[in-house]
Amino acid sequence: MSTLTTNYLTPTGREEAWRFTPLKRLKGLHETQTDIADRISLTAGALPHGVTVTHVATGEQSPISATDDVVVQRVRAIAHVVTLVTIAADSVIDAPITLMRTPSGSPEASRTVIRAGNHSKATVVVENVGSGTLAEEIEIILEPGAQLKFITLQEWANDAVHLGKHHAIIGRDASFTSVVITVGGSLVRLLPTVEYSGPGASAELFGLYFAGSGQYLEHRIHVDHNVGQSKSRVNYKGALSGDGAHTVWIGDVFIRAAAEGTDTYELNRNLLLSDGARADSVPNLEIETGEIVGAGHASTTGRFDDEQLFYLESRGIPATEAKRLVIRGFFLEILSKIGIEAIEERIMNRIDGELASVVIA
Amino acid sequence: MSTLEIKNLQVAVDTEEGLKQILRGVDLTINSGETHAIMGPNGSGKSTLAYSIAGHPKYNITGGSVTLDGQDVLAMSVDERARAGLFLAMQYPVEVPGVSVSNFLRTSVTAIRGEAPKVRSWVGEVKEAMAALSMDPAFAERNVNEGFSGGEKKRHEILQMELLKPKIAILDETDSGLDVDALRVVSEGVNRIKENSDLGVMLITHYTRILRYIKPDFVHVFSAGRIVEAGGPELANKLEENGYAEYVTA
Ligand SMILES: Nc1ncnc2c1ncn2[C@@H]1O[C@H](COP(=O)(O)OP(=O)(O)O)[C@@H](O)[C@H]1O
Ligand SMILES: [Mg+2]
Repeated sequence: MSTLTTNYLTPTGREEAWRFTPLKRLKGLHETQTDIADRISLTAGALPHGVTVTHVATGEQSPISATDDVVVQRVRAIAHVVTLVTIAADSVIDAPITLMRTPSGSPEASRTVIRAGNHSKATVVVENVGSGTLAEEIEIILEPGAQLKFITLQEWANDAVHLGKHHAIIGRDASFTSVVITVGGSLVRLLPTVEYSGPGASAELFGLYFAGSGQYLEHRIHVDHNVGQSKSRVNYKGALSGDGAHTVWIGDVFIRAAAEGTDTYELNRNLLLSDGARADSVPNLEIETGEIVGAGHASTTGRFDDEQLFYLESRGIPATEAKRLVIRGFFLEILSKIGIEAIEERIMNRIDGELASVVIA
Repeated sequence: MSTLEIKNLQVAVDTEEGLKQILRGVDLTINSGETHAIMGPNGSGKSTLAYSIAGHPKYNITGGSVTLDGQDVLAMSVDERARAGLFLAMQYPVEVPGVSVSNFLRTSVTAIRGEAPKVRSWVGEVKEAMAALSMDPAFAERNVNEGFSGGEKKRHEILQMELLKPKIAILDETDSGLDVDALRVVSEGVNRIKENSDLGVMLITHYTRILRYIKPDFVHVFSAGRIVEAGGPELANKLEENGYAEYVTA
């Protein structure tokens, strides 16, 4: 339920949730004295039949989920208008529903609610480009039987700052797939979180991030198995290259006492392409019932596999090209989840570009 | 006509207790068209020899030389050795996740030939080579060595050899772990390539059974990092009867 707190505190960096984040680089998004504009920065492209995008006053669309994140609390206090995306019940929509973000450059807050109706099937893509300074909240409701693929593309310019929470509430027998791609921004801190509102629901959370020199990219996954017979799969892959490239991946999965029959697995893999880069990876599984199907996690952080490179090079492929092939291969598993070829290609080209500008150690 | 010349090759690996000498002076010359069987017990250093020639970074060359047509192989990077005409069919081919066989083959052929093959003739070339090795065309869309059976891995190695057309190929225990059918298909592949080209082969094996399919011109017995006896095909028969015992205890 909504908790609108107005006397929120500015994080100091000592809080568990903020302990990795370089607060100085947030452009004040977390500080009460910073002026944050209430701006509708999302625009929808041509909308397929069965989809509506409207803007409503916050009063008409109160927050649906609880949050203790101060930035989200600020967004809720500041944003007076909510972008509402509604997918009609029973509609099966093949074409992706694209929402483009055109930021102003100065600090701004944005709230969006996506509602996928009963047994609907759709793909929503949020594209972030340019030099934004954005605090955002997106809440996603999947009604029973809905299938929603939710793709967010952080293709920011390298000076953007983006703090966001994307929270999905997954209904009975509904399935939610999220694909988070973060390849731009000076600082990006995203909270892809899910909870369940009915049994038989499933969540697949995929992520890909690439941090170049000086980039800070944080993804804090939170899966709350609060009802029985729910399933989650988390798979995030990242690569880092260059001095001061820093990524943080937190995977919090909770299996509550009531959540019997839970089936969960989370995985994070990081590829360090050079010295001076740092990947933090913290999987965390808390289990309150033993009556589950399965629960596990894995986290690896490593450099190139010498045997893979040797194999490719022994077939005449020069070392830099061999590395490019291995990185492309590493990311393909996640990238292919997008399922939209033009986007997959664009992201791969951006990563190739980043790779070309660094010496791969 | 090409010649791979290995002279007094000495190789060590890094271990926790320091450098460990594996190859203790290997001398071997392989000319185009010749097939040399290298036979030896497990742990005698056969793969070390193969990997050292291919340039695996794990192996430290502590002495000797390797040349291909007079050119210093040991001074070349791994990819340069392949482009110079050396090929290693590995004992344990490596999985490369997310890289399809077709993409891999095309990339390596482009690197070796110095230009991308023409799309139409390339598709035909790959199809034909795969069919000759009884490989399902769907194989091309799988990731390199990922989930391949032992036989599929070895066929895939020979497929690469066929397409890359090396001057000298080293086959490191290509026969290990193959059932009779797979062994026959793979051996026929090697023989076909030999017939259609001037390929020189270093055929590394633990067992004599592959020599029923691929006829060696020379047989070398390898033990404790050296060639301890050399002869013609008849030496293989002797090994078949007596095994390696006399060389290991020697
Ligand atoms: N990294 C290593 N550390 C220690 N010993 C090694 C290492 N690599 C290879 N060796 C040793 O080198 C010897 C030769 O190995 P190898 O060349 O694989 O033999 P073969 O192929 O003939 O079975 C073996 O005794 C093996 O244990
Ligand atoms: Mg071996």
